[in-house]
Formats: sequence, C-alpha cells, structure tokens
Amino acid sequence: MENAKKLEAFQAKIDADIKIEPKDWMPEKYRQTLIRQISQHAHSEVIGMQPEGNWLTRAPSLRSKKILMAKIQDEAGHGLYLYCAAETLGVKREQFLEWLHEGKAKYSSVFNYPTLTWADIGAIGWLVDGAAIVNQVSLQGTSYGPYSRAMVKICMEESFHQRQGYEIMVTLANGTTEQKEMAQDALNRWWWPSIMMFGPHDAESAHSNQSLKWKIKRESNDELRQKFIDKTVEQGEHIGLSFPDPDLKWNESSGHYEYGKINWDEFWNVVKGYGPGNKKRLAHHKDAHEEGSWVRQGAIAYAKKKRSIQKTA
Amino acid sequence: MEKDNQGVLWEVFIQVKAGRPFKHVGSLHAYDKEMAMQSARDLYTRRNEGNGIWLVKADDIVSSQSVDDEAFFDPSNDKVYRHPTFYKVPDGVKHI
Repeated sequence: MENAKKLEAFQAKIDADIKIEPKDWMPEKYRQTLIRQISQHAHSEVIGMQPEGNWLTRAPSLRSKKILMAKIQDEAGHGLYLYCAAETLGVKREQFLEWLHEGKAKYSSVFNYPTLTWADIGAIGWLVDGAAIVNQVSLQGTSYGPYSRAMVKICMEESFHQRQGYEIMVTLANGTTEQKEMAQDALNRWWWPSIMMFGPHDAESAHSNQSLKWKIKRESNDELRQKFIDKTVEQGEHIGLSFPDPDLKWNESSGHYEYGKINWDEFWNVVKGYGPGNKKRLAHHKDAHEEGSWVRQGAIAYAKKKRSIQKTA
Repeated sequence: MEKDNQGVLWEVFIQVKAGRPFKHVGSLHAYDKEMAMQSARDLYTRRNEGNGIWLVKADDIVSSQSVDDEAFFDPSNDKVYRHPTFYKVPDGVKHI
C-alpha cells in the first residue's frame, strides 16, 4: 500500500520533469535499470579507447596525434563521470569493474570491430561518436539527476570529436584515389555497426517502454536512429562518399531517409560475445587493470604512510 | 599483499572565475589530497572551466535528507514576512 503511494508520487515527479536525486525514493527496477544502463555507458567510453589507441603511434602527423590523444583522454574522463553517476545508486566502483571482467556487464558492441586503417579513426569520430552524440543529447533530459548532469558535460566536450572524425574523412575524400578508396572502405564497414548502436527496433526492445515512462530514455531507439541517419547521409554525400545500403533513399513526404533491413543476427552475435574483437577488448582491459595493481597498492601505501606521519608529528 | 581498491570518493567543486561561488561539478576517486587535486584538474578543467577547485571527501559531507522529506523545510514555508513582497508600501513611495 505504502509502496503504491510512493510509486504514484514518484511517477508524478517524473511527469512534472522533476529530476530524481540519489537520496530520493525510487522503485527498485528504476534503480536497477539505471545501474545497468549507466555502467554500460561508462564501460563503452573506456573500452572505446582501445580501437582508437590502436592508431595513436601511427597517426599521420603530429597534429593528428595530438588531437587523437586529446580525444582519447576525453573518453577516459567521460567513463569516469559516468562511473561516478552510477555509483550514486549504491554500487561501488570495484563492483562495476568486476561485473565487466566477469562478462556480466556489457559495453557498446560497436567497439568490438577492428580499426584496420587510419580512415577508421575518421569513421569512428564521424559515425560512432556522431551516433553517440545523438543518443547523449537526448539523454541530457534523462530523469536521473547525476546521469543528466554527466550527459550535459559529456555533450559539451564531445562536439569536437565528431568534427575531428569528419575532417579526416574530408581530407581522405579529397586526396588520391587510394585515399578516397580508404575513406569509402571505412564508411562501408562502419555504417551498419553505427546504426545498430541505437539498439533493436522499438517493437523488439526489451526495456524501452518502461524506460520511456520513467524518462530514463527520452526518445525511442528508432527515433534516435532516424535522427542520426537524416543528419549523416548528406554529410557523406557532400564529400562524394556513398552509403553501403541500396535501399537508402530520401522520402519526400515523410521528410526522412528510408533505410534497408538491418542484419540483427550480426548484432546479436556481437552482443553475445562472438564479434571480431570481443575477446581481445576484454582481455586487454583485464590485463591493464591487473598490471596497474602495483600502482594502486603503492598509492594506498603512500597515503597510509603520510597519514601516520601526520599523526605522530 | 592487501587487496587493492579504487581509493575513496571525493566531491569536486569549481569556481568559474574570481568572485563567483564554487559549484559542484562531479566526483572522482583518489587515494590522497594531492592525487585528488591532480585528478580534479585533469578531469574537470581540461577546457578552462575554472580557476579554483575545492575537494571534499564524500564521507565528510553532511547533507539534508531527500526532497521526499518535505517536513524538514516546513519552517521556512510559514514565514512569508521574510519576503519583501509581504509588506505594503504607500503609493508613490520609491527606492524601497
């Protein structure tokens, strides 16, 4: 009875666009959904550094190396903002890492694809960050305060990410025949994984309805996907690239692009861990974590020693 | 060897420029004050977001209960005479 009343008051707050803060009462399922979604988002930022890090030492100029470093540093920061937001729900940082390493927590499947050429760094910034931005702009309006605040900061910082990626694509598209082919090849490989980032179609999306009702999500997967496609197609055509979808065409009456059938078998295959890079990404994260243990041990010992010196002094 | 951990939670407050209040911007994990300060700089001021940082261990913060606990702020609700709009001023009187 008490719970029904609380639930009603909770929904009334959500409907009135009042943000939910960590100490407020919330339904257990709301808390669990946020823990899953925010930590998955955090893991994606952190794992997302790997495909980009692959090109750090081989960036074609000092300028592009500096930019890529700044971008990767941002991704690390975004992961940390999000872990902090997730922790306000009562789960410790160590636990999130454990769930990731045990394979219980997911991260965006798009980061399981390899970065074969420098053009892939362009395609990631333009398409993968582009898709992430569409999602994140929408999530600025999410009902959970700490998540919303993290999104606002992330969106502000991400705006350069997409432009740097597009700039790489522009440069290659205006370059030699081989460079143009490289850009086209990267677009061919990254287009479908990018539009899959928005998740299953609304009819098949397991968590969508409740998340929309609680305003954890503000727009559905298909709405966000459509926004991304509508924005992106012209950007590609502008630099003479074509999209690997024969069914992609502008629909005058709806004011949107129509697109072909998405290969969901591939999507689920990668989600379930059989993508080209799943094993490598996770193994690398585990190794880096374990190899960093002595640094954490040292920092703990140093802090402890300093505290005891302060006490005796 | 002891099991390692991610350090403790610190809350970060930033002053955008001199004269402005410090505002909460987020949190971070660190093992001691120096590391917390360096991380706060790297994490929250990569784009000239401010020129002052305050760090407080999250455990040391005392905070009110949630907004669901409305009674806590009740004492301020029934004292309308704390607001200037409560008072009548004769027509024509200015600058008060």
